[in-house]
Amino acid sequence: MTEIIDILISASFWAAVLRIASPLIFATLGELICERAGVLNLGIEGIMVFGAFAGWMAVYAGFGLWPGVLVALLAGMAFGALHALLTVPFGLSQHVVGLGITMLATSSAYYAYRLALPEVTSPPRIDPFQPLHIPVLSDIPWLGQALFSQTALTWAAFGCAALVALVLYRTPLGLAVRAAGENPQAVEAQGLSVAAIRMGAVIVGSGLMAVGGAFLTMSAFSSFFFEMVNGRGWICIALVVFGAWKPGKALLGALLFAGFDALQIRLQQTPMGQLVPYQVFLMIPYVLSILALILMSRRAEVPAALMTPFNRGER
Amino acid sequence: MAQAQEAQDVVLRLSGITKRFGALTANDAISFSLARGEVVALLGENGAGKTTLMNILFGHYTADAGTVEVFGQPLPPGLPGAALAAGVGMVHQHFTLSGNMTVLENILLGTAPLWRPGLGRAAARRRVEQLSRDFGLAVHPDARVATLSVGERQRVEILKALYRDARILILDEPTAVLTPQESDALFETLRKAVAQGLSVIFISHKLHEVMAASSRVLVLRHGRLVGEVPTAETDRHQLAALMVGAEITPPAPAEARPGATLLTLKNVSTPTRGNRTGLRGIDLELKAGQILGLAGVSGNGQGALADLLSGLETPSAGIMELAGTEVTTWTPRDALQARIGRIPEDRHKTGTIADFTLTENAVLERYAQPPVARRGWMDWSAARRAAEQIIESYDVRCPGPDTRIRLLSGGNMQKLILGRVLGAQPRIILANQPVRGLDIGAVTYVQERLIAARDAGAAVLLISEDLDEVLTLSDVVRVICEGRLSPEFPRGSKTPAELGQWMAGQGFSDAA
Repeated sequence: MTEIIDILISASFWAAVLRIASPLIFATLGELICERAGVLNLGIEGIMVFGAFAGWMAVYAGFGLWPGVLVALLAGMAFGALHALLTVPFGLSQHVVGLGITMLATSSAYYAYRLALPEVTSPPRIDPFQPLHIPVLSDIPWLGQALFSQTALTWAAFGCAALVALVLYRTPLGLAVRAAGENPQAVEAQGLSVAAIRMGAVIVGSGLMAVGGAFLTMSAFSSFFFEMVNGRGWICIALVVFGAWKPGKALLGALLFAGFDALQIRLQQTPMGQLVPYQVFLMIPYVLSILALILMSRRAEVPAALMTPFNRGER
Repeated sequence: MAQAQEAQDVVLRLSGITKRFGALTANDAISFSLARGEVVALLGENGAGKTTLMNILFGHYTADAGTVEVFGQPLPPGLPGAALAAGVGMVHQHFTLSGNMTVLENILLGTAPLWRPGLGRAAARRRVEQLSRDFGLAVHPDARVATLSVGERQRVEILKALYRDARILILDEPTAVLTPQESDALFETLRKAVAQGLSVIFISHKLHEVMAASSRVLVLRHGRLVGEVPTAETDRHQLAALMVGAEITPPAPAEARPGATLLTLKNVSTPTRGNRTGLRGIDLELKAGQILGLAGVSGNGQGALADLLSGLETPSAGIMELAGTEVTTWTPRDALQARIGRIPEDRHKTGTIADFTLTENAVLERYAQPPVARRGWMDWSAARRAAEQIIESYDVRCPGPDTRIRLLSGGNMQKLILGRVLGAQPRIILANQPVRGLDIGAVTYVQERLIAARDAGAAVLLISEDLDEVLTLSDVVRVICEGRLSPEFPRGSKTPAELGQWMAGQGFSDAA
């Protein structure tokens, strides 16, 4: 028990929570936008992989860090455009298209990696984002290290959550996106294009997913590995449900999951870690997430038209 | 001079509108115009093409031929946004509201440029409140739509149109879902709108409403405009004849010749489930060649009785016998095999499978028996023949047996169900609200078929909330109230007022 308390009062634990949460926040927001418009985007896992690769590769090829993020964003949007084309105007099964996009994007990333670096045995490193030093705040003892020693991309993740909430609830655009996921007939009857709104949401959402992936190679680590996304995309799908399709709650969910993850890594190094197989610790965040999901999502309001294609002029 | 004046006042003109769905011509060269301050009723049976015509006007569908002019300007086809901008507002029969959003959000949707920051809720709320007062449309702007009653939701739909300064208001079957009081309030609102210079088109198949609320009536039949008369110069009789294309005579069943008792319920009770009332120790006998009409206010145990007879419910007490054999614990399949024909209360939910074709729906109840199935294999050509036969004999209007049934109007769907039930030569017919939501032509048709089935020796249990229907068709009437049954009243022995007292619970021996 004292080990857990030791971990919780260490500043590095809280810094790790924010760092682990960042990619989840980006991708969860991206998925949330798609689902709020009525489209389930299972391409998330592959789009994150491709984003991780594209951002890192851009920097390796000589771009700056921010242009690298932009490259990841655009790459994600391109996959999003494909997903949107297949699921919205063509009305194909969102499950099948999403899984297909995940396979396509993942394989494309690996293929492009092999093409670009045919002979390396270990992937080259880039200079990743460095923690921002914020005057005064970063110098506060303990707190400065725990909360205010993050990279610009982490701050951008939190900024994104606020921005998405603002757009969804405080602008006509957000209203239209939410209505497209609730009752597309209502959107149509008010003279808006359901297809344009849904495609736009999927494209923007996919862009955010790719940025979430890029965080891994450009901020958390400094190079690209196969399998580095490692199911984070699927976690984000669950986080959207956990967050009841609301950006604020989804952010909270990402932090909670990151908290469990940071905790289990540290628990492995305690004396308890010598006794219990490490796989048990790896399991903790998932088990707790499932429990939290059960508790939190009971009364969640699923967008009523989620996964329902809309065809104009059909009776 | 009068001509010129008239031309000036025309706010809407449809010319030669034609629309086909596959082989079905839903609208056939329809032309009419609408004047300022006029209420036009669009009358027609289900499937006559009323809704299609209005959907073309509003831009949900694109017409195959013809033009729409609003205030003298041609309306680009297929764009609801253009219709809205031109001042056309539509209140859909199936409301286009998002349940999870507030009234205000539903009204605001699409009214401002998308890329504007802020929703302008405060100003919008004031405007909505003003409109609510002006038109008598009481509804709270911040209420979640899911919590509103049907009548309130309709008010939100009307507010949506008024908020966008609609000058032409289209209402698709606005009273189908309203109580009589709500309907009166709606027509009051429409009068206020007309007084302010709006023009209204409302779709209906209820003659008394059309007579009460419109100034002119357009009658559609089979996609054609067959009549256009000022309301003052016509009557219900003439309109009904125009609508159906023939004089309507209500069915007048001949004297029944009851035969043997087919089904007996002895002191049967069923549990109350949720807010569905169970039965409390009822005795019931259904005789061959007799229609037993069950009158009563909805929710007094009719559902439990219907489920009991179709094998979906098992009695908690009492026994049930079919021609002397105990069938107390039978299943729906047993009921079907005992030739119980079921016309379910909700034809969409429990009567048909919306995305199945007419062929598939036609054989749903005997898919595993010859000739539809042989040695465990489906014989689709036999199934198709069965569907074609129903379509032919029961006048189901549809593009063909391969059509998904969701595309059919309620009346045609009901005819298919009727054909499915009667085609199996049922011994007992359970007709639960068989004519609910149907137009006059279809109502008469269904009722005549039930009488014919009775004359062929079937026992019919007719469950209806419409006392007139019960009195017209039934040889014997019983009243259900709070899960109890009244004694049997032979035809003509009780007046509607006397039955009304039974329906209110008076006369039962254990009345509290």
